[in-house]
Amino acid sequence: MVKVKEKAIEGFLIFCSLLTVLTTLGIILVLASETITFFKEVSIIEFFTGTEWTPLFANKKFGILPLVCGTLLTTLIAISVALPLGLTIAIYLNEYAHQKFTAIVKPLLEILAAVPTVVYGFFALTFVTPLLQSFIPNLSGFNALSAGLVMGVMIIPYISSLSEDALRAVPKSLREAAYGMGSTKLQTAFRVMVPAASSGIVVSVILAISRAIGETMIVAVAAGQEPKFTFNPLTSVETITTYIVQVSMGDVPQNSLEYRTIFSAGMALFIFTFLLNNISFWIKKKFQQRYE
Amino acid sequence: MYKLEARNVNLYYGEKHALKNIGIGIEPNTVTAFIGPSGCGKSTFLRCFNRMNDLIDNVKITGDILIDGRNVYKSKIDVDEHRKKIGMVFQKPNPFPKSIYENVIYGLRINGVKDKAILDERVERSLKQAALWDEVKDDLKKSALSLSGGQQQRLCIARAMAVEPSVILMDEPASALDPISTSKIEELIYELKSKYTIVIVTHNMQQAARISDKTAFFYLGELIEYTETPKMFTNPDKEQTQNYITGRFG
Amino acid sequence: MNNSQINKLKNLIFKLFAIFCTSVGLIVLVVLLYVVMSKGLARIDFDFLTNLPSRSAERAGIYTALAGMVWILVLTVLIAFPIGVGAGIYLQEYGKRNMFTNFIEINISNLAGVPSIIYGILGLELFGRFLGFGNSILTGSLTLSLLVLPLIIVSTREAIKAVPGSLREASYGLGATKWQTISRVVLPSAFGGIMTGLILAVSRAVGETAPLIVIGALVYVPFIPEGPMDEFTVLPIQIFNWVTRPQAGFVTNAAAAIVILLAFTFMMNGIAVIIRNRFNKRTKF
Repeated sequence: MVKVKEKAIEGFLIFCSLLTVLTTLGIILVLASETITFFKEVSIIEFFTGTEWTPLFANKKFGILPLVCGTLLTTLIAISVALPLGLTIAIYLNEYAHQKFTAIVKPLLEILAAVPTVVYGFFALTFVTPLLQSFIPNLSGFNALSAGLVMGVMIIPYISSLSEDALRAVPKSLREAAYGMGSTKLQTAFRVMVPAASSGIVVSVILAISRAIGETMIVAVAAGQEPKFTFNPLTSVETITTYIVQVSMGDVPQNSLEYRTIFSAGMALFIFTFLLNNISFWIKKKFQQRYE
Repeated sequence: MYKLEARNVNLYYGEKHALKNIGIGIEPNTVTAFIGPSGCGKSTFLRCFNRMNDLIDNVKITGDILIDGRNVYKSKIDVDEHRKKIGMVFQKPNPFPKSIYENVIYGLRINGVKDKAILDERVERSLKQAALWDEVKDDLKKSALSLSGGQQQRLCIARAMAVEPSVILMDEPASALDPISTSKIEELIYELKSKYTIVIVTHNMQQAARISDKTAFFYLGELIEYTETPKMFTNPDKEQTQNYITGRFG
Repeated sequence: MNNSQINKLKNLIFKLFAIFCTSVGLIVLVVLLYVVMSKGLARIDFDFLTNLPSRSAERAGIYTALAGMVWILVLTVLIAFPIGVGAGIYLQEYGKRNMFTNFIEINISNLAGVPSIIYGILGLELFGRFLGFGNSILTGSLTLSLLVLPLIIVSTREAIKAVPGSLREASYGLGATKWQTISRVVLPSAFGGIMTGLILAVSRAVGETAPLIVIGALVYVPFIPEGPMDEFTVLPIQIFNWVTRPQAGFVTNAAAAIVILLAFTFMMNGIAVIIRNRFNKRTKF
């Protein structure tokens, strides 16, 4: 009797683990099946090379490049904020700051990642954009710049915390060797510690990029809903995620071609982030064991 | 008949041949000490008797281990039931993060014993046997983690005895303790001999000499010598044993 | 200046820059809180919490959004907690190192990196349309459950990993079965860590907007949901809706709702930190 119970429990636990696999399969199946139906009506070549995205208009065009462009633009702005800041913070906390200071500041910074993203959207739209407009008069009310900047602040802790972990994993002996040769803290940090922790740092940056690409609410609130094939940060753009939200909020009839666009757009988004995540796992596996 | 017996036992950790062709017979109601340098296989061998090695991946065991004449590896034996008949005390005290009371009756609880009178009686008896009762009888509800290291180890012995095994295996039970706690444990082992068959792994040769009836010396996965303890420490048959007990290696 | 002095100067400049960078993150946080509070705090009163949504900003409240949130959270915890902890236990205690568990592990890391809006698409198709649950609370909870599952699994595994092997040995040594050992020794010892993970998962679920929008959660819900098959709205969706309205009154409403949402999020995270600290102190073996 006891043995039967043991087996039943183990079976349930295996089932729980398998659910995660089924989730992935579910995502891929749902996206793929609707995307395939979508491509029966829309040419793949147009989808990947067209520079106009107007599925909701009378004159429908299905070139996803404007959405990709908007996504990359906001991500690029976010990373150019988060990378220098996050990495500098990581180095500072690891090399310069007092341990107690690090113990307080690290969790405080992590609050940045815990704030719901719709709150950041509000902040970008009602505070950052008006603030920027006082410097940049021709900045439009919805724009990639302020959404990207705020998103950059949001992902700082992804880079700072994960990079700090990577720096901390570098053996003490290496740092001591550098100091022993008379290096300053700065030289030790940039010539010894950062190279030694480089794989972990790269992983943190990739994960931050992946996070930025998939971010929805900040851009949906603050970056606008105009798919444009442009890299001008001062105008409104539309990201892949915003487009999905836009269609979901509207009253597009189900099973229509317009409706299926969210799956093809979702597929593009999924593939992007899936590739980035797996590159980061690969780097982690390949390089991180060196010092263990 | 031997209480515990091993015949041609070989054990492999993956490729590593950790125990080589070991045979031994242990009489009931005796204390047997396993000695030898670190990594000689004495703890691994001890764990064969209650199949604790099953918990490690990649372990392969051949040969026979018999308890009361029953083969514990070959016959269709229920491992959990089997372990209930053999108490084990580990190197570091490992009380559960529960009360003293709950620690002692853990083995009864998992057997489904619910009768409060039986549980109370067993707690008192086991703690008395483990010479801990007088120190803790007033605060049995206290967390076991609040006890000192020596008390914790005696609690673990009480916990092992509460399920009334006939054999107690001890894996360096005093190595993490101070001298006073150690001597208490040693006294305890001496007293328990009348009721239990005790096998103790130790790296402390004086301890082996003080408490055991017979001693087995292991080296590099082999059982080099197994004999009466006084003989082992005065006039061993093998030169390797002589070298080890006189401190020439290990 | 000689070389060594130049190096010292560079070092000093970097240090100042680093202090500046660290402050930027914290200052933004403070400014954000200030902006939200200065706009929204005055708007919060009893009526705001208990009023139904309205076309007039002054009379609109967040009652239905709060009710929807409670429904969603309770169901999500009920669904995700047993499954997440179960999978965590399996991977940490049962699964041997082999292709199968490796695959599951990589898969879970992957799921943790999937954008939340993709979960919305999955929920929309699988629960909303295929299983026919529509845009109900059940669909929302199931979707969020899948979303927070990786988080719960990973924290469960971490918590279980921290339980010393000697405790398991003691239990097995007394003849306990695997499940007896897990349920009576391992899980109680790992309780704090598992709860921390669960609370962080709840905090995450509270703030999620995008997947619920995709499954079709409504913006305007003039009634209190009474069962898991009812339609619903939640606080972040209400905020999103108000932010995008042109009238200033709705922006104030959004700020007020954000204050409530942030209070909830920070409270959750605070509780998680407290549990973690207390747990770490209690179980030093």
